[in-house]
Amino acid sequence: MAESKVASSFNGVVGSFRYLDSLLAAIEQLRQAGYRELQALSPVPHHAIEEAIEKPPSPVRYFTLAGCLLGAVTGLTLTIATSLYYPLITGGKPIVSIPPFLVIVFELTILLGGLLTLGGMLFNARLPKVNIGPAYNPRFSEDQFGLWVRCEQKDHETVVTMLRNAGAEEIVPAGQG
Amino acid sequence: MSSGHVETQQPVHPAHPSMVTGRTFADVNRDVVRTLQFPGNLYFGWMSFVALTLAGGIFAWFMQIYYGMGMSGKRNPQMWAMYITTFVFWIGIGHAGTLISAILYLFRAKWRTSIYRSAEAMTIFAVMTAGLFPMIHLGRMWLPYWLIPYPNQRYLWPAFRSPLLWDVFAISTYFTISAVFFYVGLVPDIAALRDCATGLKRRIYAALALGWQGTDRQWRHYKAAYVFLAALATPLVISVHSVVSWDFAQSVVAGWHSTIFAPYFVAGAIHSGLAMVITLLIPLRRIYRLDAYITQQHLENLAKLIILTGLIVGYAYAVETYIAWYSNNVPEWQRFTYQVTGEYAIPFWIMILFNSLVPLLFFVKRIRTSTPWLLAIAILINIGMWMERFVIIVTGLAHEYDPYSWGPYYPRWVDISITLGSFAWFFLWFLLFIRFLPVISIVEVKEELPPPMRRQNGGE
Repeated sequence: MAESKVASSFNGVVGSFRYLDSLLAAIEQLRQAGYRELQALSPVPHHAIEEAIEKPPSPVRYFTLAGCLLGAVTGLTLTIATSLYYPLITGGKPIVSIPPFLVIVFELTILLGGLLTLGGMLFNARLPKVNIGPAYNPRFSEDQFGLWVRCEQKDHETVVTMLRNAGAEEIVPAGQG
Repeated sequence: MSSGHVETQQPVHPAHPSMVTGRTFADVNRDVVRTLQFPGNLYFGWMSFVALTLAGGIFAWFMQIYYGMGMSGKRNPQMWAMYITTFVFWIGIGHAGTLISAILYLFRAKWRTSIYRSAEAMTIFAVMTAGLFPMIHLGRMWLPYWLIPYPNQRYLWPAFRSPLLWDVFAISTYFTISAVFFYVGLVPDIAALRDCATGLKRRIYAALALGWQGTDRQWRHYKAAYVFLAALATPLVISVHSVVSWDFAQSVVAGWHSTIFAPYFVAGAIHSGLAMVITLLIPLRRIYRLDAYITQQHLENLAKLIILTGLIVGYAYAVETYIAWYSNNVPEWQRFTYQVTGEYAIPFWIMILFNSLVPLLFFVKRIRTSTPWLLAIAILINIGMWMERFVIIVTGLAHEYDPYSWGPYYPRWVDISITLGSFAWFFLWFLLFIRFLPVISIVEVKEELPPPMRRQNGGE
């Protein structure tokens, strides 16, 4: 394969797997051998991959919470402050009428919560990405699994052997996973 | 090959067998990409028909803008008439899409996977259609930005106590969140399209896919975001039609001023939306030969949901009648008898028949598993639900408290053309959607399939 053309910006290798269990085996063996910086590429999310890689839970939930709180505060401020700013009694109702304002508060809670969830996902997943890297195989969005392993140039051979033993079919050096 | 991980491995097959069977991951990609091939004459025939109808609607709108609102049939006291009827109808259509994409997702109803994408697209386009109507309905349609909450030159802000302003917030939030949810779900699928496209198409898909690679980091944040968006969209969808119903219920008009309006409208919205989903899915499945993905079981499940919403709607009709009588409120009862026996008796009885009685046929398994019956009943429900909004709005306004302000509404060609044009506008977007985007979620269908395993593939 392209193993001979090791790029100068070498920082790891990517192996392609046809089977999910081969990928899981590779992840486990590499982790046992001390390679902690792994990145799996898969056509579908799978909890077995997540468990094998063991990453902390996604912090997107804090973005959602922050967005919802921000939305609620914005809604309350907008409705209460503007009503107090120009206190015009309509229909004999109090200037600050909380029940109708809650509709606005609710909608803004959802709106900002949703937008910050999107922002949190993009920020944490480092998207959008302009370059998808030469090691990306189009079949990773179809039916193949990939595993990017960060390693030194000197460990290159060891990692390639381990990937191959686990069942990788194609192994290429990677600039960026 | 040493792989000692098998003991600790979680069961990879989902608890319920997938409704899509006998397909591999690669098959799913191929089958969905196949739907994006250059379409045949049927597609262009429909597109021309839709474009012509839309042109008629645009022409009618132009006439209304140029010569004034008198071109439509709107006369005092019927200032809401057909435009708000159609607005409420389209907002309602959107609700089933969110039910299928968000609520069923939270309930882990796995059967939604192969139909949710088209249902969600329907939501977006229905809200886009509905959003036109407040503008069409404005006398001075060049001032729609007055809807945006900002102060006038005396620093007077819009009345946040007004249900019409709640509506602005609800609809714009609904559109934004639905669009975000739709797009987030599409990103990995667009990446799959990017990976098998060439040339300009590839560059467009690549830009839309945001450089998605399907790394475990991306999936982790994606899944988290997706579940939160679903959780946010769920109360939102309930709130949107409740707010729309409060446009009516917060007024003192007899027949509108009713506490049952919010749940009644939400159930009606989902009722009409599910019917629209069936109306769209049956031809879609037929034309693209997607029977392996959109199975009879999917349609049957939708039909069962329609039984539920149909019963709620029927219950709401019964409660309205009962309250009109039991309240001993003269205007209320008069309006009710007017509704049942007056000028709009035919739409009223169509509404009762099509929305609450015809769907009961779905109790018969032979009917809910037969495609022609499903399509026929779904179309009847669509008609019935449009009539429901028409009856609520027009009879409510036709028969308010003072007899001197009574007045019926008769649509003119402008109202009718604009309403037909709105259907064309909706179908135009839907046709563009099925031409350029995957109608079935590649990722979610694959998630339901058993992943390729070395150990279990031995027998094949």
